[in-house]
Amino acid sequence: MNDVEAIRPSFNPAVLYKALFLAVMATFVLVPLLATVLGGFKSLGELRVNPFGWPQHWEWSNYADILFSKRYWQLLRNSLIISALTVTLTLIVSSMAAFTFAHVKFYGSSMLLSYLTLGLLFPAATAVLPLFIKVRDLGLLDTYFGVSLPHVAFSLAMSILLLRRFFKDIPYELLEAALVDGCTYINFFRYVTLPLSRPILATVGTITFVNSWNAYLLPLVMLNTDDLYPWPLGIMVYQGEYSSEWSLILAFITLTILPTVILFIFAQKHIVAGLTAGAVKG
Amino acid sequence: MRGRIETASMASPESPSWLSARRPAGDGRLTVLVLFLPPALLLFTLFVVLPIGEAAWYSGFNWNGFGRPTNWIGFDNYRFVLESRAFWLALRNNGLIIVVSLLIQLPLALALALVLAERFRGVVALRMLFFLPYILAEIATGLIFSFVYDGDYGLVASVWRWFGAEAPHLLASTQTAMVAVVIVVVWKYFGFHMMLYIAALQGMDRSLIEAARIDGATRPQVLRYVVIPSLYPTIRLSVFFAIIGSLQLFDLVMPLTRGGPADSSNTLVTFLYNNGISRMRVGFGSAIGVILFLICVTFAFSYKRWFMRDE
Repeated sequence: MNDVEAIRPSFNPAVLYKALFLAVMATFVLVPLLATVLGGFKSLGELRVNPFGWPQHWEWSNYADILFSKRYWQLLRNSLIISALTVTLTLIVSSMAAFTFAHVKFYGSSMLLSYLTLGLLFPAATAVLPLFIKVRDLGLLDTYFGVSLPHVAFSLAMSILLLRRFFKDIPYELLEAALVDGCTYINFFRYVTLPLSRPILATVGTITFVNSWNAYLLPLVMLNTDDLYPWPLGIMVYQGEYSSEWSLILAFITLTILPTVILFIFAQKHIVAGLTAGAVKG
Repeated sequence: MRGRIETASMASPESPSWLSARRPAGDGRLTVLVLFLPPALLLFTLFVVLPIGEAAWYSGFNWNGFGRPTNWIGFDNYRFVLESRAFWLALRNNGLIIVVSLLIQLPLALALALVLAERFRGVVALRMLFFLPYILAEIATGLIFSFVYDGDYGLVASVWRWFGAEAPHLLASTQTAMVAVVIVVVWKYFGFHMMLYIAALQGMDRSLIEAARIDGATRPQVLRYVVIPSLYPTIRLSVFFAIIGSLQLFDLVMPLTRGGPADSSNTLVTFLYNNGISRMRVGFGSAIGVILFLICVTFAFSYKRWFMRDE
């Protein structure tokens, strides 16, 4: 046995290598992000000669102009409406279905569940053209619902799986007892299952929110009016208009990813749990 | 609803024996079935399953999306897809992304996870830092890197000039565009795989490692014969996600190159977008969609059958 390491913790080359490795990776991740944030504070001329460093002269106007523009707030508002709609509908629809699959025994239950989980196997992009035609025929083109409903449909599979697994852990005896006391399934769902399931609902809600907030393809296909654009579409339009005025674009990027970063800092537990647990049980 | 609870609860004390027989009518099980399932089934069928079936149907037509499809051309759309050089380039690019994910991204994520699964000062902050790129929108990430790669203002160009060389326009050359895209893919997604591995490592049975140490295994041996094998289920899973994720890559490529120059950095989905959606060639685009669908489903089923049988 080599107790040597334990006795002599003062110098261990392995620790040095690890620290070096972490430092290199941290630099790799951080440099593009910091350069983006700082780039927004530079003038275009300074950006050209000094893209890495601290700004020599802080150009507050880039950020201020965007923050005081109607455009920025409208993009965030649209994104917020679409995401809120998607999260609300996903939570309602998938928790109801998950409850049925978890607690109600009926013929064909496992078949229907596997039918719904087919949705995990392929991306929305495969059927995006027929989806566009369907949404158009339903008269939902260029509406928030036209973006939101397909998104809900595609997030159902994962949400139902996650919720069902959690609902199943609620002891069956509890349901039995409640039913004997005359409680209905619906009231059990409303007054027992949902309140007990806050953590998983928060997790599912957070994943759905992040996915919907960041989505690009569906809104790109379903929306034509600039006034309805969520921020990923808006920022592409912005970039098209200011094609190489990088300091403005960098400020705009910084301000649009800011809400995500803030959410991440406050809800990191749910985000990490959701995005990895979803994967693990997929 | 309230009335029903009261009648049922009044009935229950004196008649426990036939209560269970009566239950299907009184406990609202049927109501749940009728009310709770249809919304999910309807949405899923309408927006996920039907469109896939319709894609197969539309792919037999030459159709611009207006009116009804009438111009039936059989399998010609598939022939056009398979005969197009851009399709094979896109397929090759997806393959390249997968290879890089498996050979560079996942080992990197694993190495980081092994370091960051231990406890030390600042470890949580580091995990969060490495996970951060994963939650940023792909569009924002793409734009950030189109700045990084920009030949006039970008970071890479500045490093090049610092060495006194002519600054390259990485995204504008057919030689380098795809390499540049792949680097961004690694930057964006390694943190996700790292988190999967960290979660698995933390759930690992520590006594296995201790037992191996007591039996005289060295640290590398423990790693090779105990730790890594216990991660196999997670590794298989992360390989699955890396491959399915690579196949649907779109958002990230759009702000970087839009699939160009000269189709050199298309993925299957940007190819579908550029040739099907943006020109409203519904039949052609649907044919690409069906091919992508078949690739994904074939892969998912065979992977699950071969590698994830016990999970």
